[in-house]
Amino acid sequence: MSALGHGALYGAVLIAVMLSTVAVGIWFERKFAGRMQSRLGPTIVGPMGLLQPLADVVKLLQKEDIIPAGADRALFNLAPVLATIFSLGVAAVLPLSPRMIAADLDIGVVYMLAVGGLMVVPTFMAGWASNNKFALLGGMRAVAQSISYGVPLVLAVLVPVILSGSLSLAGIVRWQSEHHWFALWPVIPGLPAFALYFMAMLAEANRIPFDIPEAESELVAGVTTEYTGAKFTLFYLAEYVHTLVGSAIGAALFFGGWDGPFAPGLHWMVAKTLALFVVVYWVRWTLLRLRSDQLMELCWKWLTPIGVALVLFAAAWVQFAPQGAL
Amino acid sequence: MEMTEATLTMQSARRGRVDPHRSMRAYDADADLMLLHFGPQHPSTHGVFRMDLHLDGEIIVKATPYVGYLHRAVEKLCERLTYVQQTPVVDKNDYVSPMTNEQALTMAFEKLLGVEVPRRARWMRTLFAELQRIASHLLWLGTFALDLGGALGGGSTLFLHCFRERELILDLFEEVTGARFHYNTHLIGGNRHDLPAGFAPKVHAALSVIESRLAEYEVLSLDNGIFKMRSRGVGVLDGELALELGVTGPNLRASGVDHDLRRDAPYGAYDELAVNVVTAQGGDCFARTQVRFGELRESIRLARAAIDGMPEGPICGHKPIRQPGQAKATSGQVYVGIETPRGELGTFVVGGGDTPTCPYRLKIRPPSLHALSALPYILPGATVSDAVAILGSLDPIMGEADR
Repeated sequence: MSALGHGALYGAVLIAVMLSTVAVGIWFERKFAGRMQSRLGPTIVGPMGLLQPLADVVKLLQKEDIIPAGADRALFNLAPVLATIFSLGVAAVLPLSPRMIAADLDIGVVYMLAVGGLMVVPTFMAGWASNNKFALLGGMRAVAQSISYGVPLVLAVLVPVILSGSLSLAGIVRWQSEHHWFALWPVIPGLPAFALYFMAMLAEANRIPFDIPEAESELVAGVTTEYTGAKFTLFYLAEYVHTLVGSAIGAALFFGGWDGPFAPGLHWMVAKTLALFVVVYWVRWTLLRLRSDQLMELCWKWLTPIGVALVLFAAAWVQFAPQGAL
Repeated sequence: MEMTEATLTMQSARRGRVDPHRSMRAYDADADLMLLHFGPQHPSTHGVFRMDLHLDGEIIVKATPYVGYLHRAVEKLCERLTYVQQTPVVDKNDYVSPMTNEQALTMAFEKLLGVEVPRRARWMRTLFAELQRIASHLLWLGTFALDLGGALGGGSTLFLHCFRERELILDLFEEVTGARFHYNTHLIGGNRHDLPAGFAPKVHAALSVIESRLAEYEVLSLDNGIFKMRSRGVGVLDGELALELGVTGPNLRASGVDHDLRRDAPYGAYDELAVNVVTAQGGDCFARTQVRFGELRESIRLARAAIDGMPEGPICGHKPIRQPGQAKATSGQVYVGIETPRGELGTFVVGGGDTPTCPYRLKIRPPSLHALSALPYILPGATVSDAVAILGSLDPIMGEADR
């Protein structure tokens, strides 16, 4: 099979897998949140409410598709599609197992950061095109937040890049499976870098405590205020996929990806991704939301300087650490 | 006399505060501020409250609150109903604390008609009022967390836990009155329903559960770093301004003013039960939370004391007043204020008029309305996110503010 055909087939399979994972993820989150809040979560549709995401999608697709008067129709329609494409696009470089990588780019890390960073474009497009003041405020916040948190995200990702000497995600995982996981050793740039990555990833994916652009108690639904039906579903989907992919990249960069004993690599990768995904939910259903200026303060006064220090430390480690410690 | 803009500006300069009466042109000569209609259909306006916010970016420059979207002409309705018919109507005023609405109205009628209330009935009313305060403050804590943390996040976790505990209080009320919410248990001259057998242990059990869980809620709110960041120094209301605007209740006590009608003008059983008034300094959202947590603990103590010291005896006068002909007033006017969970709920009744069985005029002084009147002073300078937090921290109930 040609490389192109192989890529297309692989991409189709990957998208199908991602979307079904998201569906199960939504079910799991609702059950998980229900238990945290001393209630049951979905129970009616299907066994243990397993078909609830399906019912939700059917319900959402039936809704009337409303385009507000005075909206910029082209941008309004384009934004949810772009959001889905960009969030799924990052999944292309995910190293699921030593042999399961859709596109093993040499610069996978750069690709991941670039495409992930593009997510702000559809968000702002939606905020601007909706002709709604709440959406506009949400879009404004999204731009400020995404651009700011891109900096600590890049700095956090640079730490494993420097330590392993590779810009390919698969290369970084391979290095970790040959040596050690970066979250465990070297502890000083490794573990804080993971924490930094995790926080920046929450902010990039608009998750509580950083879900300022959506902020439903302040901005009604932020950028998605005017969206209904299928377009809203796409935004919702994009947000989940973004979180899922972010968790997978965290697992690959800091927890050795497919590396693990006894079980095949794919199992380990999936298990680590889902574990991080659960932590995201856990944080979400526990914490309150920050204010946007406090978010910026946190980013520029704390996370960015810490990130710079970690990158410098990682460079020094590579240069000066004794051979045995690596 | 018409107040000129210069007079108002001078007044505000003297007081060193935001002057909400200045015209928009004074703020925004170029008219480049964004006008945001905040409500009445907004998830965080606690019903149907509306504010017009003039925004510079996300900073509020001027805030104009509008009330009246939930106006149901309760006062007029009360003037057309006989004295004995009115408790179910005012139940719906402050729909988070129906018990205290009934109490305020019934006490005013009793004062107007010169009816004595047996001691047991007064103690029961006090017990109900304190239990209701616990339920109301729990609901406030939950909704405040929703305002800060969103309906799809940590806020809703605290919210649902608070609702779970509030349910225990509603169960107790249901056992006494048969109703979970609109109780209609206050009669002129006493109570309609006596406490059922074995009620005291159930009250104690519910109160211990709530008391043990308050510590958990404190961890999720007062001890939480994000909660502190969002509430400290936000929406500062100084005590002097609060007094000027007639703000009462926890909002006033959070501004450092030691005022509580339960202690300062005792009614019910409060002359026999000593109330420790909880105050806090700062006047911000954090102080208001601290005061309400303190009041939750104090109310638990008072409810325990009330159920333990509950005197025996009749719950109603020799002949219960249930017929319209039994309650007649040809003249007189009274004002009665009680301390509800939200502050001073006053009822002013004028007797007489064409029909002696109905009040000639009835005026309700809702604490929520006065709390909302502070918004134009404390919102400018805050962000849209803060606006939600400040509004939530004042604990307004629109059913009561609009009547």
